[in-house]
Amino acid sequence: MAAEEHKLAIFRGLLKFRSNQQKIWGVLIFLSIVTTIEVALGIIKPEILMGSFLRMKFLNWIFIILTIVKAYYIAWDFMHIRDERGGLKNAIVLPLVILIPYLAFILLLEADYIFDVMDMGFVAWNF
Amino acid sequence: MEVAPNASLDESQVWGGGNKPFNASYGKMMMWFFIVSDALTFTGFLVSYGFSRFKNINSWPIADEVFTHFPFLHGIDAPMYYVALMTFVLIFSSVTMVLAVDAGHHMNKAKVTFYMLLTIIGGAIFVGSQAWEWKNFIKGEYGALETRGGQILQFVNAETGKRAAIQEFSLGIDSERSTHQSYNGIWYKGETTLPNVSVDEVKKGFLADQSLVIRTEQITENGQKTVLSRDESIVKIDEAIDVIEGANLIHNEYGNRLFADFFFFITGFHGFHVLSGVVINIIIFFNVILGTYERRGHYEMVEKVGLYWHFVDLVWVFVFTFFYLV
Repeated sequence: MAAEEHKLAIFRGLLKFRSNQQKIWGVLIFLSIVTTIEVALGIIKPEILMGSFLRMKFLNWIFIILTIVKAYYIAWDFMHIRDERGGLKNAIVLPLVILIPYLAFILLLEADYIFDVMDMGFVAWNF
Repeated sequence: MEVAPNASLDESQVWGGGNKPFNASYGKMMMWFFIVSDALTFTGFLVSYGFSRFKNINSWPIADEVFTHFPFLHGIDAPMYYVALMTFVLIFSSVTMVLAVDAGHHMNKAKVTFYMLLTIIGGAIFVGSQAWEWKNFIKGEYGALETRGGQILQFVNAETGKRAAIQEFSLGIDSERSTHQSYNGIWYKGETTLPNVSVDEVKKGFLADQSLVIRTEQITENGQKTVLSRDESIVKIDEAIDVIEGANLIHNEYGNRLFADFFFFITGFHGFHVLSGVVINIIIFFNVILGTYERRGHYEMVEKVGLYWHFVDLVWVFVFTFFYLV
């Protein structure tokens, strides 16, 4: 892969870099900002974000979404998926994007059910 | 399905790697396949962590209270700062890795060497930090009692609201209690090292100090652990059968045992990935110095090991979120 094949735009073309090195530093700055936001939120734990959506706190949803954003930029720019052919891109990303949410969904749903059984059952679990 | 090679290529070019599917070399594609399968392995671990956590959602340990140490800051409550630092170290070593790959594309041996060295140092700092985290976790901080049902009872000073260490408030009782060895009991039943204090000593110290109350694993509506009143605590302490100091695979003074099990397993598996990544990086580093890739005409090996290294970073991003933030 020659150096001039790199795609140098991130944020859907909003930000264009002149060289690949510049893009790497740009992505580092972006990832650092996201991590800093995560840590700051984790320490402050703002009261407004304590409401819940689908049995999980807003704050935790924000953490998970920011994590996926970070994962996207690590894969796309550091692992240069952005520069790969469409076929390879799909072969890598699709299995993960389909299987991981599926596994998470069935296991967490089951765990939530088991929690209810233990919580409302007639057997004491805390003795 | 029959593969029809391009008429202009002879057979040796097709099977000798001349015809690259997806324009990716064999080695790079296999690295990607490995990464996809390894990503699913980590998914399995993290999702099963989520399973146990959702199953015990009202009694799971609060990560902020477990990981509170920062090097050279003794006794200062610093939740998350150190893991945040570790995250930055790993992201930064990921950046030096991409820079090494980029320098490899320009066939710049000196720069590849320099950036590979920085990457290795970053990885080593990360593994060292993780070892330090483990040490603190295993050693424990305050100690706790365990009930027959496996629930953890921690102690809080009702006046200050601060945690109380069992080592400090327990009162000594003169009693003979030595470690039970498998050779002097029946049926080869032994035990591991005894805790520094016995259950009776903790109980005696607890009853003597009026300001102490018990904190249970249960989480209240506003996300805090339940603190019992003094009267409830006096009743509750009779259920204790064991003193727990620190955490291991069987007991965990911070709360649910599964928390410790998953912590050791997932961060251990990830740490092992980092360690092997550092070792592979060192091998590639020496190959770069020896000029192997210069002679080969391309630095693709650096790119492949780079993919693995970024993957390790990627996994850490998720481990960080699910163990320390959420």
